[in-house]
Amino acid sequence: MTLLAAEKLRGGYGGADILNGTTLRVGASEIVVIVGPNGAGKSTALKALVGLVSLREGRIIFGDEEVTGLRADQLAARKLCYVPQEKNVFASLTVQENLEMGAFLRRDDFSARMEQIFDLFPVLKERRRQAAGTMSGGQRQMVAIGRALMLEPRLLLLDEPTAGLSPKFTEMIFTKIVEINTMGVAVLMVEQNARDALAIAHRGYVLVMGQNRFEDTGPALAANPEVAHMFLGG
Amino acid sequence: MLTDILQLLIYGILLGSVIALSAVGVSLIFGILRFAHFAHGDLMTAGAYFALFFMTATGASIWLAFPFAVLAAILVALAFDRVVYRRLRRTRPVILLIASIGVAFILRNAVLVIWGPDITVYESGIKPPMRFLGLRIKEDQLIIIIGTVLLVILLSLFLQRTRMGKAMRAMADDPDLARITGIDTDRVILWTWVIGAGLAAAGGVFLALDTRLQPTLGWDILLAIFAATILGGIGKPYGAIAGAMVVGISAELGAGLPGVFGADWSLTSYKPAITFLLMVAMLLWRPQGLVGGRA
Repeated sequence: MTLLAAEKLRGGYGGADILNGTTLRVGASEIVVIVGPNGAGKSTALKALVGLVSLREGRIIFGDEEVTGLRADQLAARKLCYVPQEKNVFASLTVQENLEMGAFLRRDDFSARMEQIFDLFPVLKERRRQAAGTMSGGQRQMVAIGRALMLEPRLLLLDEPTAGLSPKFTEMIFTKIVEINTMGVAVLMVEQNARDALAIAHRGYVLVMGQNRFEDTGPALAANPEVAHMFLGG
Repeated sequence: MLTDILQLLIYGILLGSVIALSAVGVSLIFGILRFAHFAHGDLMTAGAYFALFFMTATGASIWLAFPFAVLAAILVALAFDRVVYRRLRRTRPVILLIASIGVAFILRNAVLVIWGPDITVYESGIKPPMRFLGLRIKEDQLIIIIGTVLLVILLSLFLQRTRMGKAMRAMADDPDLARITGIDTDRVILWTWVIGAGLAAAGGVFLALDTRLQPTLGWDILLAIFAATILGGIGKPYGAIAGAMVVGISAELGAGLPGVFGADWSLTSYKPAITFLLMVAMLLWRPQGLVGGRA
């Protein structure tokens, strides 16, 4: 079942178009990865999905509703949550306060959800009273993902969740993404660590110049010699 | 001599209290709305005169008039936000800053038109100060200091414990992320004005109580408020409180110490200059504020 369908997106930040007809689909229980060279429009594609880029053309369907042009907070209310690559935690707030802010749209009791997130990332429970800005990059990423999960999203958009992380933390984040997926959350992410990301992905897209170049299952893309030659370093 | 210095310290804390109540608001407004609110001093003045209005209209005491003044100042701030600032939200901060100077003029001249240019007081008559270990403090002054401490505790509970308070801190950290997360930023802005204007009115009433009412009451102290905000690290409310104490105490000590050491001259009229020097020094050496590292 298709959860998200973005058709022929065109647009950018006001100048020349960065997206030139990008099309993305995510199934209800899939992990989908977008890879591609620098400047291919990968992050822009994610931002376009949550209304942070103005689209000239194209439409976005989430569930059974057209959501083209909706703002990020409106989409969060519809259980489509976005985690930006940088500046994705409230630095002066504690870990627990960050999670509480993630649940700002909820008026019900979310303590059980917070416990679930603490089970997923035990280090966040240990450091619940620490200011998020004083934590390591990997831990901040966990705070950011945990915050997005507070709304119990059906689809999680992750913009380079492992950027700048050590190999140990990178592997750890990918493991957690699989775990989150088994909790019933679909994941669409942009990744520079293409090989590792494709290894956990059900499907992947290769974007070049804002257009779909390849689309296949994760392992098939990783094994595709042309893709390997272009982006995976031989 | 020690007594004289302690006495100056009390005056410093007193001035610091009044500055703190306003500097917190300037700091919150800067953190959340991203502009230096130049009308904040005149909002204090308006608050002080609202209390006078309530007293003359009903014959009530200043303490009954106090909540009325706070409420009226909040409504004025919300009205200006609605009519002026909200339309400029998507423009550059400097445009909002200049708009706030315009709002300051409107407020000050409204006070002039309604209450006239004459200096006045809430209650005439001289109350003798209380004496304690050779130190002098008036009852009103004691109430000002205690009132400030209570208000700061309330503010701190609001910011640390309530959902809206945490959302305010979150938005001060990163407005874009707050929006993406689904925090109701319009409500956060509304609460920023409620807290900022409410505390400004409290500071204005306190200042008028300790000195006298005049249309430039708040405008005259705006420099000290900005100095305190910068000292505390712009956008950090707790820093602003600490900054206010530093500004208040150094202004009073700087002005009074020569006299304590037997000089036959005084720096009293140079209090704003002392504040100004402090602010310039801060901007040169530690623009990120006395505490914390984030610039």
